[in-house]
Amino acid sequence: MTETGIGAPVRRLEDQRFITGTGNYTDDVNVAGQGYAYFVRSPHAHAAIKSIDTSVLKGMSGVVGVLTGEDVAADSLGPLPAGWMIHSKNGDPMKAPGHPLLAQGKVRYVGDPIAVVVGETFAEAKDAGEALLGAITFDELPASVDPVATTAKDAPQLFDDVPNNTAFDWELGNKAETEAAFKAASHVTTLNIVNNRLVPNAMEPRAALGDYDAGTGTITIYTTSQNPHVARLVMSAFLNLAPEHKLRCIAPDVGGGFGSKIYVYSEEVVCGWAAKRFKRAVKWTAERTESFLTDAHGRDHVTKAELAMDDKGKILGLRVHTVANLGGYPSLFSTSVPTYLYATLLSGQYDIPAIYAEVDAVYTNTAPVDAYRGAGRPEATFVVERLVEVAAREMGIDPATFRKRNFIKKFPHQTPVIMAYDVGDYHASLSKAMDLVDYKGFGKRKRASAKDGKLRGIGFSAYIEACGIAPSQAVGSLGAGVGLWESAEVRVNPVGTIEVLTGSHSHGQGHETTFAQLVSDRLGQPIENVSIVHGDTDKVQFGMGTYGSRSGAVGMSAISKALDKVVAKAKKVAGFILEASDADIEFKDGNFTVAGTDKSIDWTSVALQAYVAHKFGPDDMEPGLKEGAFYDPTNFTFPAGVHICELEIDADTGVTTIENWVAIDDFGTIINPLIVSGQVHGGIAQGVGQAMLEGAAYNDNGQLVTASYMDYCMPRADDLPSFTVDHTVTPCPSNPLGIKGCGEAGAIASPAAVMNALTDALGHEDIQMPATPQVIWRAAQKTITKAAAE
Amino acid sequence: MYAFDFHRPDTVRKAATLLGKAEDPKLLAGGQTLLPTMKQRLAAPANLVDLSQVEGLDAIELKGRTLHIGAMARHVSVANSDTVREAIPALAALAGGIGDPHVRNMGTIGGSLANNDPAADYPAAALALDATIVTNRRKIPADEFFQGMFTTALEEDEIITKVMVPIPRKAAYQKFDNPASRYALVGVFVAKRSSEVRVAVTGAGQDGVFRATALEDALKARFAPKSLDGVTMPADDLNADIHAGADYRAHLITVMARRAVAAA
Repeated sequence: MTETGIGAPVRRLEDQRFITGTGNYTDDVNVAGQGYAYFVRSPHAHAAIKSIDTSVLKGMSGVVGVLTGEDVAADSLGPLPAGWMIHSKNGDPMKAPGHPLLAQGKVRYVGDPIAVVVGETFAEAKDAGEALLGAITFDELPASVDPVATTAKDAPQLFDDVPNNTAFDWELGNKAETEAAFKAASHVTTLNIVNNRLVPNAMEPRAALGDYDAGTGTITIYTTSQNPHVARLVMSAFLNLAPEHKLRCIAPDVGGGFGSKIYVYSEEVVCGWAAKRFKRAVKWTAERTESFLTDAHGRDHVTKAELAMDDKGKILGLRVHTVANLGGYPSLFSTSVPTYLYATLLSGQYDIPAIYAEVDAVYTNTAPVDAYRGAGRPEATFVVERLVEVAAREMGIDPATFRKRNFIKKFPHQTPVIMAYDVGDYHASLSKAMDLVDYKGFGKRKRASAKDGKLRGIGFSAYIEACGIAPSQAVGSLGAGVGLWESAEVRVNPVGTIEVLTGSHSHGQGHETTFAQLVSDRLGQPIENVSIVHGDTDKVQFGMGTYGSRSGAVGMSAISKALDKVVAKAKKVAGFILEASDADIEFKDGNFTVAGTDKSIDWTSVALQAYVAHKFGPDDMEPGLKEGAFYDPTNFTFPAGVHICELEIDADTGVTTIENWVAIDDFGTIINPLIVSGQVHGGIAQGVGQAMLEGAAYNDNGQLVTASYMDYCMPRADDLPSFTVDHTVTPCPSNPLGIKGCGEAGAIASPAAVMNALTDALGHEDIQMPATPQVIWRAAQKTITKAAAE
Repeated sequence: MYAFDFHRPDTVRKAATLLGKAEDPKLLAGGQTLLPTMKQRLAAPANLVDLSQVEGLDAIELKGRTLHIGAMARHVSVANSDTVREAIPALAALAGGIGDPHVRNMGTIGGSLANNDPAADYPAAALALDATIVTNRRKIPADEFFQGMFTTALEEDEIITKVMVPIPRKAAYQKFDNPASRYALVGVFVAKRSSEVRVAVTGAGQDGVFRATALEDALKARFAPKSLDGVTMPADDLNADIHAGADYRAHLITVMARRAVAAA
């Protein structure tokens, strides 16, 4: 391993500019003469729009123009689509009405965009927008907010053609076999689970800048996107904004996404469209309140889950019924999240012979819900790991022993819910985690806490996820509207420096470092001679972007493939110079050598020779040194591991302190352990946030009660302990680098670990996320009452 | 933020004149509540009268057995003042626990008292320590100053110039943070003086800061945590929101009071 090669803890090269204020985010980009957009949004959760009187804007200072739903219709701009087809049990396609860019006669959640006002300054645009809101006549309708109640016959209906507000009722697995397993069971564990709704809260709010070149007829949109090419495709193919060759999407530095910046939203499309309509650039940056109201939220499941065991604690079957809240409209990937990204992981790390899952996806008058760090897999892990823990407790079996008894031990393993796990060693990660947390000493620590009047608990989460999303054929067969390969292009300059163009997109992951490490390692070149180019549809030909922990496993595999081609061609060049067959050329540490001789030439010279082309003719080969590759994986990757949380409750206040956290993850090959640890730390923080702090709350009228940081509780450093992060390694067999992916693991694993620890401390299961101090205090009162009764 | 006219007087008298004359005026002290509210367009004063250039408003002095703290003394100054730390360490600690470093570097004691946010920390200290709020016109005892959430005895053109705080025998403040905002979900300031025990509660009351007389009575006989055993606070008139029901707040008041007495 070199200092900058694969496996080296290289400090992130991009951080220098991020922490010194020299990054280039969308809001940093300015175009001469730009106007500012203010979106007039629905103050109501559910209302018909009777009229919009734009004449109030006449004479107002600095108003460039206004666009409403009528203009959207007049220009035939399509609605935002749902990109993943799901079928109901009876074979009917899902009911997925498009989300109009600007409301068409009706609004369906607070924050739903109705009109855009463009002003000379943002303040003028906002003044005008507020005036326009006052000139809109609404016919307020009763709101449907609760995901369970929304399917009732008398619930307010969001769409005329979506009966019972239900998008689909979908199933996966074998119902008959599962029912038989439950009939044969000697013990059944049942849990009712709420997986709380979360607001993503990227540090950088969404932003867009639309620019129109009247000479070429090209629209350029700077946008906070995790996948600018997909954004361009959607805007072009579905929204009819402009054909792809007349549309350029640039996602420069992006300050966090967590999934929320995968989707195409109204605002960036409208900025591009308004730029063309008004013949001047149009800029928009979300205010934080807008982020809370309109960024796609995450999670929001209500689940009944059951686990069937024989008398030895061997799992026989798993049955799940989930209601998934899609919000007011189906967002781009929203329909895949509670289905193929969720139910396919319900086998967890366990050999479960029969699984049956039913998922009802419903509409409510709330913000759209879509993928959020983990997307379906945290919900699945939570169901499985809570069930397993409670089953062990109910059967009087140590939870670790129970897990070991049921772990999958032979690979590959075909689960009853589509996934074929390729490799893993679940026993190894559990044992290592138990050692590091000193599981044997827990009883002593619990008694010491009890002496201080505190309740101590320990909880496991043995998670699995399907990452590296994913084989295009597989996702296509499951309903995806796109393939999920990745592309890369490696350009070697005549001086030997290297530019890598990737379809992955970094919005905090550190690609400029890890991808450069791969290149440095393979080409034997200093890491500072490598630059990573991403996020611009005019530079990178195509790409599928970054989400689902796919940039390493899929994006880097594409780069690896392109590097293979580059090395092969460079060997040919070297062969001409060294007058040897390219088959005899060895490439090592940046030098090309004729095997068995001391004849050699370095990388820089070969690069130059490739471009000057003096040593070979047109019949020999093409000049230049540039290669591209598309990589489509053959399987998902399956990162897995064990997190253990140990905590202590002050029953007097409900305040809970996480005393210890051990994370043992199997991510396959690790390119940069420093960055991987950072991903795990951040993921745990988000998972603990979900478990103990965060929860989006709407009131009965559909107003978001948690629309600012005054009420929405984000995890802070002092909410968390120092983590013990370590690994086991089983390299992934389905990609050339052995990478599984690490971006979501922490957020997937941790909620169940926290809740298992809390319920262990409390001695009962009657508690839901977010387990805030108040919630824990109430649960602890029950513990105390129970203890008094015994 | 909407447009407004900005004034920067250099004396209290000039500031008071502006307050009396200007249309829809508002005083700007540290601005830690006012400015965010204006940015969100929830407040829109036509005239903003900035006190930052008025000299002598930020002095902190000990006169006899009374602390005199200038209205424009920043939280960080009170927290770090040797005078305050020595005289009333509980007050210095309270100031050091307000908001975050940004807020503490800008926010002022006068601004906090005048705003009387129902979850602010200073009102609890002022009330429990039996402080006197001094204005350009008069002296107002804390018991008369706080008149319900965001409401005080201040007249429209009245300006707080300083706060006089008698030194207690013992005092302590215990705050239970709202997990999200980290304002006080329940904050209890206890102070024991030769003549009386005062317990002031912030964050919990529907009408803002209040004295918990039931706890005061229990502590009068003996100023010890045990004196509060079995004493419960009624949940009536307490706030209930997504973070805490009234019963939880009532419970936390006694827990925080017990801890404050122990720490005093």
